[in-house]
Order: sequence, then structure tokens, then C-alpha cells
Amino acid sequence: MVIGAPMVLPLVEAGTAAIPARSQMGASLGFHIVFACFGIAFPTVLLIAHWIGLRHGDAVALLLARRWSKVMAVIFAVGAVSGTVLSYELGLLWPTLMGTYGPAYGIPFSVEGIWFFVEAIFTAIYLYGWRHLPPWLHWWTGVPLVISGILGAFSVVAANSWMNQPSGFTMADGKITHVDPWKVLFNPATPYEVPHMILAAYMVTGFLVAGVYATGLLRGRRDRYHRLGFTISFATAAIAAPIQVVFGDSVARAIASQQPAKFAAMEYVDRTDRGVTEWLGGIYYQGHVYFGVGIPKFDSILVGYSPHTKIIGWDSIPAQDRPPLPDLIHLSFDLMVGIGVALVLLSAWQGWWWKFHRRIPMTRWFLIPAMLSGLAAIAAMESGWIVTEVGRQPWVVYKLLRTSDAVTTSGGVPYTLTAILLIYAVLTAVVIFVPLLMSRRWRQQEAPDGDSQGPEEPVPPTSKEPVG
Amino acid sequence: MNGSWETNVVAGSLFATMAAYALFAGADFGGGIWDMLAGRTETGEKVRAAIDRSVTPVWEGNQVWIVLGFVLVWTAYPGAFAAVMTALFVPLSLSLLGIVLRGVGFGFRHETAHPGTTQLAGVLFAASSFIAPFFLGDVVGAVVTGRVRPELHGDVAGAWLAPAALLTGVLFVAACAYIGGVYLVGDSHRRGETDMVRYFSRRAITAGVVTGILAAANMVVLGFEARYVFHRLLTVALPLVLVSVIAGAAALVLIVRNRTRLLRIAGALAVAAVVAAWGLAQYPYLLPGTLTLQTGSAPTTSLQAELVVLIMAAVLVVPSFAYLYWLQQHGRLSVTEPSDELKRAVATQDTQTGATTAPAAPRGHPVVVTALIGAAVVELAREAAGWIRRRR
Repeated sequence: MVIGAPMVLPLVEAGTAAIPARSQMGASLGFHIVFACFGIAFPTVLLIAHWIGLRHGDAVALLLARRWSKVMAVIFAVGAVSGTVLSYELGLLWPTLMGTYGPAYGIPFSVEGIWFFVEAIFTAIYLYGWRHLPPWLHWWTGVPLVISGILGAFSVVAANSWMNQPSGFTMADGKITHVDPWKVLFNPATPYEVPHMILAAYMVTGFLVAGVYATGLLRGRRDRYHRLGFTISFATAAIAAPIQVVFGDSVARAIASQQPAKFAAMEYVDRTDRGVTEWLGGIYYQGHVYFGVGIPKFDSILVGYSPHTKIIGWDSIPAQDRPPLPDLIHLSFDLMVGIGVALVLLSAWQGWWWKFHRRIPMTRWFLIPAMLSGLAAIAAMESGWIVTEVGRQPWVVYKLLRTSDAVTTSGGVPYTLTAILLIYAVLTAVVIFVPLLMSRRWRQQEAPDGDSQGPEEPVPPTSKEPVG
Repeated sequence: MNGSWETNVVAGSLFATMAAYALFAGADFGGGIWDMLAGRTETGEKVRAAIDRSVTPVWEGNQVWIVLGFVLVWTAYPGAFAAVMTALFVPLSLSLLGIVLRGVGFGFRHETAHPGTTQLAGVLFAASSFIAPFFLGDVVGAVVTGRVRPELHGDVAGAWLAPAALLTGVLFVAACAYIGGVYLVGDSHRRGETDMVRYFSRRAITAGVVTGILAAANMVVLGFEARYVFHRLLTVALPLVLVSVIAGAAALVLIVRNRTRLLRIAGALAVAAVVAAWGLAQYPYLLPGTLTLQTGSAPTTSLQAELVVLIMAAVLVVPSFAYLYWLQQHGRLSVTEPSDELKRAVATQDTQTGATTAPAAPRGHPVVVTALIGAAVVELAREAAGWIRRRR
């Protein structure tokens, strides 16, 4: 369980009653989010290839689009299933959260329900429409996937940002009495959490797909099929990467003002002060940071553009309201930022090379990092979610509901936790294995089969005839 | 006691959503059940292929109805949702297991290469088609008996192991087999496969009779265990019960007469009328005897938000869903292999461009477009950052 494992760690110090439930939720979210990334961003990558294929009568691009659509369908199936698991778990694991805050917190999920529906329907139409629908109509049936991916991500991440900045409702006697749906959807954390996640989805998808073709290129399969597959996906991610890093900087500033406890853990700010040191790496132990690189006053400069900016440290926060495991939060944050910067450099390398040579740098120094870039992007994204989720603890609804008060009173969680870990471990293996099998089968199909008809001109698909 | 019009409309839509889940996803579960019962013979393989063609393009969309049901319940009726999810933790978890295994088994069945793994995926798909409807029916039955109460603590084995709950579970499985069989008769007829029409006709009739007997038995058990709902089923909701009985009986006649178009409508009506009868019989209770629509509803503003979501569903989802089914019913959605021209064209392109040399012709504008889009998005991000700063 590679993906779920890091999410289990932070639970050691939390209230014991919630440990199995938090482990299960963490594992489920950590697993689902990777597939959700593909749901958000893969249709865009796919439609670019499909567009090139149709516009220029490019058979290689069409074949890429066709094969990607098959992979997309498998990934969407797993994403849909693990998304259904999450909607069950919100009730099974956190009945008090839903029972009390459902009237507000449930609204973004209701909106997401619509986009999930649109996505499921058009995934099927697009996947099974090859060679049945007229070419451009078929291309257009993919467009709702791009839109529903982005708007679906918006709704779900808006729900998460509502947990961080609950707003848009009034309460009396422990019950919600009035809701402003607009303020629930557009809570103070929405404007930075949502774009941050959508960009992350484009990076994860683009770099992961590019990684597959980089592997092929490294193994000497340097035909146009592999080069084009690499270029389209890598370019998508390479555009998202620098925007993400610039944007992420403002996300951190917003957190410093909205959730000082989380920010204090992210940056090892133990005393409220001016001129706070920025720590890169390191382990915090009893007032000292060991093995870290400290840049004096830089944290204050980052937060307020001035070394005199005051930053709240965790000495100002009551002990029972501090997030657990500051080391984990800080190191996850540093890992995310570090990987983000490294991916920008890798993207810049390709961009530079493309500007002058119009091709992919075919050196190992480039291709090996490119191969690993997708896994790195996943690690960065999971780290980011650890920062958000562990950093919000001990609250499930920030400053309103403690995680330990929201958990179910049912005794069955250890069993469902075991089942989820087992099923997702198997699924992870299958999801890695099935595309490998697919590509092996495709390579066998491609092997020359002594077709006597000889090469023909590729038919430009200007007619209404279905292609693909 | 009856609650506002908003809550009544949302509750009605919730039951419509459940009916849709029963009619669409239920039929897919039914397909899985017939898949499992088809046997390893040559006919069995043909049956499986027929089921596969009917279910493959649509099952993913069908499954989303349950998610829509969930979001409606937890936003509009949070107290009832929390109570049900706590008291019925066990059957709900098992129904989820069924849904997960089914999705996975079905999703991967087409992608595995080895006969062994294909068979394993097929078994997962088929077996879980029993598990999911059984435990969902069990949950419904448990709620109907009134054993799930808002003040409960921990899971309640007595609720989901009650005879009415277990029998409702079995009834759901039979109903899925029935509605799945009825649709498969229609699909086989459309494809002109007369032997499959005969095959599924016989099974749909059997399942229909079994469902009818189970429904009658369930009524008797409800008479002992769910007084409120039972009483209302025989009074206010009686017309709907009769509609269901008549439509179910008519469907059996239509199968024998081979009238497939009307058959689907009759079969669907039989199932939908039962769901509606249940809703009416339970009205105005969310949890019979303890929690009403009025006391258990979210504030009006939340309900209005849900109404907006429902309007969005009517505008965006219903036409898309109809388009999906229109394409499927006209045979325009199926698994296809890349055409030979495409494969040939790819082969020629590769030989023309060579293996490692000859970079792709530079098009120039991607860089410009990239820069423009990049600049625009950075500018937007700056705007957003500035906005956040101003709000502080």
C-alpha cells in the first residue's frame, strides 16, 4: 500500500478512538486522489492528441488518443469506485460530522454529484464511440469530461476548504439553522485550495504519462509514437508546473493568516516573533531544529515581504489545539516544495531544448528524471494533502468540531480498515499491471504481420466517416 | 408534521433517485446474476456476451445514482443519515464491498489477458451482483421496521438481522434479476437474436413469479414487524401497490406475447411503483415512528440549494443520460479495435520518419500559445493572490 501508507503515520499521536477511522479515511483519500487527478486532467491531454490527429490527419496521434482513452476508462472505473467508497465513508466513519454539518458541508458534494454523473456518462460515450460517431462529434463528446473534471474538482476541494475555513451558516443549539450556499462554496480557503489542486492534477497526470513514454524512449523505442506521447503529456505538465510554484507561494501566505497553527507546524515556528527563521528540512526537538538549514528572517520575508513581519508560533496556541507531529507536517511541506521546484527545472530544460532544437533531449540525464517525474509529482501531491489534513488536526471542522468527537460509535471500523487496505493494495497492483499488459499487447499487434496490401495514403478524416 | 413544500419535493426526488438506481443499476446487477447462472456451456458464453454488450456502455453512469442519493440524504436529512449509517454499519459496509468488487471485476474483465484472471474478474462481478442488492435491500428493510432510531449508539444487529430486513434483501435480489431479465429480452429482440429472446424470456418469467411471491411474503412479515408502513401500504399507498401488481402481471403476459417495447415499460413501472409505494407508506417519517420530515430536515436554505442541484441534474444529467441510452439502443456504442487503415498509417509513418532522427516538424505556434496561456494564468493567479491579501 504505497500510496496509503504515509497517510496512516500521523495517527499515532491522535486521540485513540479515532485512529482506525482516520487511518481508513486517510488511506481511502490518498488512494482516490491519484485517480481523481486522472479524472481531472487526463481528458485534456487525450483531447489534445485527438485534436492533432483529426486536424492534421495524424494517424499516430489518433492511435495515441485511442489507447489513452482505454487507459482512461480503466482509471476512471477505479476512481469512480473509490469515490463511491468515500461517500459511504463520510457517513460510516464520521456520522456526527454529517449529522451536524451536513446541511452546509453536504452542498458542495451535491454539486459534485452532478459533475460525477456527467463524467461517467461522457466517459462511456467517448470510449465506446470510437468508429461509431462522426470524428468531430466524437471529439466534442470528450469536451464535457474536461469541464466536469475541473468543476467536479472545484466542488470537492471546496468541501475540503470549507472544513478548513467553515463559513456560510449560522448555528443555534448545536444545529445549523441557516445556510448561505454561495458562501459555503466560496469560503475563504476555496480561492487558493481549488486552483492548487487542479494544477496538481495536471502535473501528476502529465508527468506520469510522460514518464511512461520516457521509459520507452530510454529503452530505445524512439519512434514518433513514443516521442509524440511524451511531448503532449510532458508539455501539459510543464505548463502547469511553474504556475503551480508561483501560485503555491501565495497559498502558504494565505495559510499563515487563516490557520496559524498549521503554518507554525509547517515552518517550525515555535515562538510568536518577528524576523522568523526559515528552516529547510530538519527535525524539531525541544526547542531546537537539528539537521536543518536555517535562513535567518527569511520566513518573515516570505510571509510579509519584510523581515519585521510577525508570525504566530505554537506557544500562542493552547496545547490541545495544536496539530500533532509537526515534524511530519514540516518535512511533507518541504518535500512538496522541493519536488515542485525540481519539476519546474526539468520543465525549463525541456522548454529550452525545444526552443532551439525542436526535440526532446535524448540524454539519460534528462530522460531518467523525466521517467521519475510522475512518481515525484504524486509524492508532492500526497505530501501536500498530509500538510492540509494533518495540519488541520485536532479539528475536522476547523475550530468547531474535533475529529475525536465526530467519529462513529460503531465497533466495526478495524475490520473495514483491514478490508480497505487489502482491496486497495490489490487494486494498486492491478492498476499498474493492467496498462503494462495493454501496452505489451499493443506492441505485439504492431509487429509487422506480412500485410500484402502495402502502404496506403492515410485518409484525411475530412469526411463524415468515423475514424479511429 | 408534514414539513415544508421544499422538503417534500426533495424527499420525492430522493425516492425518484432510488427508483432510478433500482431501474438502471438494478438491471445491471440483474445482468450480473444471469451472468453467474449462465453456466460454463457454449450457450452460457453466448449469454455472457449478450449481457456484456447490454451492460458495458452504461453501467458506470447507472452507478452514479446511488451517489446522488447519498448527497441528497446527508444534506437534506442529516440526522436520519447519521442514524442509519451508525446503526446499519455492517450491512452498509457489505453493500459497499459488493459495489467495489463489482466495479473492479467488471472494469477489468475486458482488460485481462489470461483466461484465469478473466474468469476471476467475472466471478467477482457476478458474485458481487448478489451481495450489493441484498445488503441494500436489507438496509431498506431495517429502516422500514422502525428499528433505526435517531438516539441510537453503536451498530444495531437486531435491525439488520430482522426477518423483514433479510427478506427485503432477498426480494431486492429477485427484483434485480427480474428487471435485468426483462431488459435483456428487449435488447436481444432489438439485436434480432431469437434464441437469446427465448432464453431470457423464460428466466424473466421465473424471476417475475419469484419476485411476486417474495413481495407477498414480505407484506406478511411487514404486517408483524413494520405496523406503520404496513398499514399505510394497505390504505394510502394501495393504488401504487396495485399498479405494481398489475404492471408486473402485464409484463409476464407481454413476455409470452413477445411485445418487447411495452414489456420494458411494464417491467419498469412494476419496480418504480413499489419504490413510490414505499415512499408514500413511510410518509411523513424519515425513520418510521421516531423522526419526521419536519423535525429531521435541514434548514430551508439548504433544501433550496438541493433544489437548485436537482434542477441542474434535470438540465445537465437527464439529457446526457438520455443521449447515452439513445446511442446504446441504436447500437452506436461498443468496444471497437483500431481500424486497419489506422494501424497501417502508423506503420508507414514510422518507417518514413525513421527511428531516432528527423524530429517532428516544428509548428512554431505551440510555444507562442503556451507563453500566452501561461502569462494569462499567472496573471489570474496574481489577481487571486491579491484578492486573498485584500480579504485579510
